[in-house]
Amino acid sequence: MMPRYVIIGASAAAIGAVEAIRDVDPNGALTVISEEKCPQYSRPMISDFVSGGKTFRQMMCREEDFWKENNVEALTGISALSLDLAEKAVMLDNSERVSYEKLLIATGGKPFIPNIEGSDKEGVFTFTKIGDAEKLALKLESARSVVVVGAGLIGVSVTEALVKRALNVTLVELQDKILGLLLDAKGSDIMEDVIRKAGVTVVTGQSVQRIVGNSENSKTVGSVVLTNGEQLSCDVVIIAIGVIPRTELAVGTEIKLNRGIVVDSHMETNVPGVYASGDVAEAYDFTLNQNRLLPLWPLAMAEGKVAGYNMAGKKTEYAGGTNMSSLKYFGIPVVSMGVTNPKEENAYEVLIRHVPERNLYKKIVLRDNVIVGITLVNDVERAGTLFHLMKTRVNVKKFKKSLVSEDFGLALLPSPLRRTMCLGCAL
Amino acid sequence: MNRILANEKVCMGCGLCEVYCTVQHSKSKDLLKAYNKEKPRALSRVRLEVSKPISFAIQCRHCEDAPCATACLSGAMKRNAKTGLVTHDENKCIGCWTCVMVCPYGALRMDVSGKIVAKCDLCHELETPVCVANCPNEALTLKQVKA
Repeated sequence: MMPRYVIIGASAAAIGAVEAIRDVDPNGALTVISEEKCPQYSRPMISDFVSGGKTFRQMMCREEDFWKENNVEALTGISALSLDLAEKAVMLDNSERVSYEKLLIATGGKPFIPNIEGSDKEGVFTFTKIGDAEKLALKLESARSVVVVGAGLIGVSVTEALVKRALNVTLVELQDKILGLLLDAKGSDIMEDVIRKAGVTVVTGQSVQRIVGNSENSKTVGSVVLTNGEQLSCDVVIIAIGVIPRTELAVGTEIKLNRGIVVDSHMETNVPGVYASGDVAEAYDFTLNQNRLLPLWPLAMAEGKVAGYNMAGKKTEYAGGTNMSSLKYFGIPVVSMGVTNPKEENAYEVLIRHVPERNLYKKIVLRDNVIVGITLVNDVERAGTLFHLMKTRVNVKKFKKSLVSEDFGLALLPSPLRRTMCLGCAL
Repeated sequence: MNRILANEKVCMGCGLCEVYCTVQHSKSKDLLKAYNKEKPRALSRVRLEVSKPISFAIQCRHCEDAPCATACLSGAMKRNAKTGLVTHDENKCIGCWTCVMVCPYGALRMDVSGKIVAKCDLCHELETPVCVANCPNEALTLKQVKA
């Protein structure tokens, strides 16, 4: 039987799509193609795996029989090589062809590896998939010191995992500040201080220029040389700079590409019946009012859901996401959403509450009395209410002072808003 | 399914909803023990929202299109289509706060451990959730809605 739906990839966007398709169409033939042998697990949890906190089984983000339960033919350990859009088929690396009526490209992203001399040595790792994490965990059993390259979300998450394993860690960041895509200077300083106190050496404004072999084996990592010439000895280098979209299947086809695959509000590409979601797609950012790459798990899941509904014939629009992350590392919860560090300061109004002794930092960025950015450090419980105000573009002029107050909550919202917000509340 | 409605016009802000919720989610389920003996004290899943003279109590709304379930990184947060309940598996939760980030109601809280999320389970094993049953002014009431 010809599959009605084919999904390439088996991570967040695919899971979201499968659930949406099955919500509408319980029986239409559905095939998922996954190059990983063990599909369906939570990639953001690989740091919990490396720290020893969670086993692979605990990383399954759906029931173990998810594919079967959803009547999905899961082709695992198999890669899609190319697309035949005219004939509506996917070519596989086992020389088979899978035809489709509706296709979802959910191939995700791959780690960005800069051109560093020696990055092919044994002991250099990337950190996005369970396969990477398994190899790394094995290597760490005999390792003592690690250099992590890149102090973004992934770099900080792996650093915490390494600290939990009692390794010596040096975190190297090219920019002047760590977590620069999420935090402003003050927020970044709080986190840097906390990370240093956990025993990590943080080096900013430097990159790794060269990876050098060790004295016994030149093909195995022994040290790194920074741009300033400083040499740090280490057994492992983890490159955690970011991910780039895996657009290979779309290259050379009529599918429109920018940095990622371009999609409309239904997550459909310019080729009818072909959809894209997750890290490979450029989906809508409601803060910037434009489409862009936002490689984040929750957004991939939401985008996949929208794609799935549309593939199954239920017209659904993607409301959009924005750069939004929550962090749980080093005992300090952090939420960052939207424009947290505006460049042209004149166009924005910034509300701040900073209590250094409690590592508390709240920053709300407004534009024309609408929230466009939220930073919360060490007090995140009300993040969702602020996010709601941001996403629904509520004019906060009358109550903006309360937004960064200690007691901010639903009761501080003006009454019509309280009524409309509180679903099913007879307020 | 049941949905809990809050009426701010008659809420006195007494906080008994929080007290009974705390007891219900304590180990002993006994008021005195829960408050005096158990350390750390269990966390109330319902939160009294106060900005005098306004007060009302809010807990998980068990949203139909639950943003917390879509956002959850570990699969701990799920919506059961049959019961309409949004359930949270404490053993699967990794405390990443992604659900907290997207809940409009601020109804997801950090557990007393600070390592996982705690939320309203609608006291699903009871006929009436304890916050509703013990609200002296009927500011919290139950409404039957389709799951």
